[in-house]
Amino acid sequence: MSDPLLTVKNLYKHFDISGGFLDQIGFSGGKFTRTRTLVKAVNNISFELKAGETFSVVGESGCGKSTLGRTIMGLYPPNSGEILYRGDRIDGLDHQRMLPYRKKMQMVFQDPYASLNPRKTIRQALGDPLCYHNPQLNDGEVKDRIDEVMLQVGGDPQWISRMPHEFSGGQRQRISIARALIVDPEFVVADEPISALDVSIQAQILNLMMDLQQQYNLAYLFVAHDLSVVEHLSDRVGVMYLGTMCELSETGILFERPRHPYTQALMSAIPKLTGGASDHMRLKGEVPTPINLPSGCVFHGRCPHVNQRCIDEIPQLCTLNDGRQVACHGVEEGRI
Amino acid sequence: MKKLLEVKDLVIKFALRTGEVTATNGVSFTLKKGERLGLVGESGAGKSVTGFSIINLISKPGYIAAGKVDFLGEDLAKIGDEKMRSIRGNRISMIFQDPMMTLNPVLTIGTQMTETLHQHNPQMGKEEARNIALDKLRKVYIPSPEKRLDQYPHEFSGGMRQRIIIAIALLTDPELIIADEPTTALDVTIQAEIMELLIELCETEDMGLILITHDLAVVGQVTQNIAVMYAGSVVEKGPTAQVIAEPQHPYTQGLIAALPQSSRHGERLNQIPGMMPTLKDIPPGCAFNPRCNQVMDICKTETPGLRPGKNGNLAACHLYPPGQEEQG
Repeated sequence: MSDPLLTVKNLYKHFDISGGFLDQIGFSGGKFTRTRTLVKAVNNISFELKAGETFSVVGESGCGKSTLGRTIMGLYPPNSGEILYRGDRIDGLDHQRMLPYRKKMQMVFQDPYASLNPRKTIRQALGDPLCYHNPQLNDGEVKDRIDEVMLQVGGDPQWISRMPHEFSGGQRQRISIARALIVDPEFVVADEPISALDVSIQAQILNLMMDLQQQYNLAYLFVAHDLSVVEHLSDRVGVMYLGTMCELSETGILFERPRHPYTQALMSAIPKLTGGASDHMRLKGEVPTPINLPSGCVFHGRCPHVNQRCIDEIPQLCTLNDGRQVACHGVEEGRI
Repeated sequence: MKKLLEVKDLVIKFALRTGEVTATNGVSFTLKKGERLGLVGESGAGKSVTGFSIINLISKPGYIAAGKVDFLGEDLAKIGDEKMRSIRGNRISMIFQDPMMTLNPVLTIGTQMTETLHQHNPQMGKEEARNIALDKLRKVYIPSPEKRLDQYPHEFSGGMRQRIIIAIALLTDPELIIADEPTTALDVTIQAEIMELLIELCETEDMGLILITHDLAVVGQVTQNIAVMYAGSVVEKGPTAQVIAEPQHPYTQGLIAALPQSSRHGERLNQIPGMMPTLKDIPPGCAFNPRCNQVMDICKTETPGLRPGKNGNLAACHLYPPGQEEQG
């Protein structure tokens, strides 16, 4: 096995939402107290990503999947843990030392209407990152590169003198992908890149992403909530719940027989085209807030197989015979 | 079974400063009592506008230019505002996409629910209205409804809010519910719960449901019949299972083939080239002809009406011989 392109080790990202000093002051039992409120968005996440691989992170809204993607990109500084790119630590680097890695790691965002500057022509949107990372290029070379990348994403070089509002959602998403590709990245974080698009356009963008991956051996970290899309395009999938990774496995194995109770519930909820009665496994209750995480296994309040150990002890990812990793006491003990 | 709703040759136009555009061009479908119909299409296909037109919610500059909406013998397209108010939100209810936007954030759930009841029945006592509200909250499985009734919308999660919206829609025991993308803003596990709830309620209360959505899989699970819309027209309709298993119209075929399926992991998806035309420049002939992979000369000049395809589903496509044409 080749060396991993990206390694994430025990990553934590908490957001302090307690506000200013005065907001934190409370008065109870005759004493002033200071309380801090933390949103524990990402807790102890570890995984590896190989070159040319698609790793998908799935989960419901609020499970921390987007935060994970953004923390890896360096858009948020992690609270603790390590992020290694080809063996080099990249978390906590200053701006100058991060620059060479920024060129290798790019991001495609969910909303193609919000992620392109409405006042910049497409030429500026694509040319700016290129010139920033390659100041030695002259105007002719920049133009050639923009034309080249526009053709790669199925666009038209004529587009570059136009403004973002002149394009449809699908075209804008092609332009967003072009902007990510223009600096020749090895690794792209795609945060829900197709969920704002119509079905027939989704297929176009997914095909484009798969073609580009083959051509340039790109590695994708694909953040999504649409499980059928994830199943179609990923090599491996990580399932997140409330900031923790509960199951991580090769796609085929995972979808054939999910083991973690949460994964099972999630998969049973996918609406199937060939309809009929659904075998949906209903979960009790709702997702707790990431401010007060449940003790032990974060899923224990909703799990049908819960026992005392689940309430007391946080389960760690353990590797099963088929190579998948599951964080569940029940699976580990052979109860599930 | 008894006919509940018949939409016939519905034409909705929008008079814009730049000229008039046609949002739906002769849409027809019928709904029997207790039937669940899916109205499917991509954004801009005219599915929401069709749903809104049933309860006369089209606002200026839009208007119903032709056609009728027959609800148990009354033509809702011509009925007038006064009478419409006794039907809208009473005998026909609507559920909207975003549960955050449809509830008033400064009123308790109880106030919002009893308000609806009083609107349609001013004589109703406070106690009675509250009891009906409680009963409906129980029907949509809200735990401890007595306590919840006095809470504000921000105290509920997205899925719970959508349940409350459904409970409000149920208050007046409507005969028809129009649900416009009711699960699009929700997570997949919540979506499954809401869909199960809708099916259950339609069955126990014998309600009709028009489910407007872009998600074919959702329609596949919930509805019995389906109408696929493209650029303002119904291009295919028939029983849901049949339309999904053997789509007749090239657009429906393309749409279903574009969905990722587990059996074809990692393969290229079938894509429909191009995109849906805007209402201003719908091409002559069949609106789908520039994107169709089986296009013929006739498609560029003549608009096909709905006709039976190979399996008896109606499809608006020149691939099938024109028979007992039904305009639509």
